[in-house]
Amino acid sequence: MYEFNYQKASSIDEAKSFHDASEEPKYMSGGMTLLPTLKQRLARPSNVIDLAAVPNMSGVEVTSDMVTILARTPHAVVNSNPELQRAIPALAKLAGGIGDPMVRNRGTIGGSTANSDPAADYPASIVGLGATVHTDRREIAADDFFLDLFETALEEGEIITKVTYPIPDRAGYMKFPNPASRYCIVGVMVSQKGSDIRVGVTGAGACAFRVPEMEAALASNFAPESVADIKISPEGLNEDIHASAEYRAHLVTIMAKRAVAEAIA
Amino acid sequence: MTVKFSMTVNGKPVEGETEDRTLLVQYLREDMRLTGTHVGCDTSQCGCCTVHIDGKPIKSCTILCAQVDGCEVTTIEGLAQDGELHPMQNAFRENHALQCGFCTPGMVMSAIGIVDRHEGEDLDEKTVRRELEGNFCRCTGYHNIVKAILAASQVMNKSA
Repeated sequence: MYEFNYQKASSIDEAKSFHDASEEPKYMSGGMTLLPTLKQRLARPSNVIDLAAVPNMSGVEVTSDMVTILARTPHAVVNSNPELQRAIPALAKLAGGIGDPMVRNRGTIGGSTANSDPAADYPASIVGLGATVHTDRREIAADDFFLDLFETALEEGEIITKVTYPIPDRAGYMKFPNPASRYCIVGVMVSQKGSDIRVGVTGAGACAFRVPEMEAALASNFAPESVADIKISPEGLNEDIHASAEYRAHLVTIMAKRAVAEAIA
Repeated sequence: MTVKFSMTVNGKPVEGETEDRTLLVQYLREDMRLTGTHVGCDTSQCGCCTVHIDGKPIKSCTILCAQVDGCEVTTIEGLAQDGELHPMQNAFRENHALQCGFCTPGMVMSAIGIVDRHEGEDLDEKTVRRELEGNFCRCTGYHNIVKAILAASQVMNKSA
């Protein structure tokens, strides 16, 4: 790792003041992406601002129609919270499939969301469940949040405080994990809440996206066969040593079909 | 830049000062000479560096010493009590759950986490294999490792 200054913020305001006073700042939540990135010398922040000591930023709250996950809640908690498991089982399952148990004890929803890794799981849930990302200064709708590879609507210095999920009538999540890293080669979250149908895809493109053709087909019949023949164009999809764009396009259909099957099971 | 911290390691209070960028595993191994915690991959994949922070398994190669300020750390050296092996260590010995032994400290720390998460449940092989996904044994000696964890879970659940 290159040298940096470590700063532990005790409030959002202090984090922002540390941020504004430094040349090349970087916020850190669980550090499960940032630290490996620093170790590979792929980033060189002058200041790493740890948000771990900011109070009231971790926990899950479930009401009759909403699940609220505070930004620093680790994946292990999202996975094992009994109320959340009852409200949105697909979301609990998604959190339990991220990395491995040790990573899930440290990694957080806020960190993962802010990072917008193209192969991360949470972005599929945000887009596929129509969540709202809350920050220290505003609320950002799911459809406006993810912009591109590692790029989000967050402004310089903006901090995610929580993510709120409307509880769907039903939802399902399926991913085809990279067998070594457990990152998504493709992951699909489908959900239905009344007439609102969403299909959120991660792993396939530069960032999470919806598939309107599948949503329209599911609106007339919410069944796996409705999406089974809908092909996605491989144009512009991710391509690497693990999977070609064509393969990823193919997997979107397969994962969507399985996610719908899970949602209606 | 350096940072001051205080933590508890295997029950003993530790106060220190280290570089901001020092990883917990570096401090444990190089400053405290607790070399039972191994560094296998240094990219948070292999799990050899697993220790417990406030009772939960984490990868000590992917956390800064500074982040552990105020926490309770348990390493493989802190498991045995009064010369008695921890039930998990004992089960690894009884079941010959190691070949070269390099991954063993991380396996044991991670395995205790598995049993803790399923306290009071009858652990099955599938669960153990799935939850060992963050620990690699390059000798591929998983068979006896899984056997040892299942055996230890019986003992640990009885004594709980």
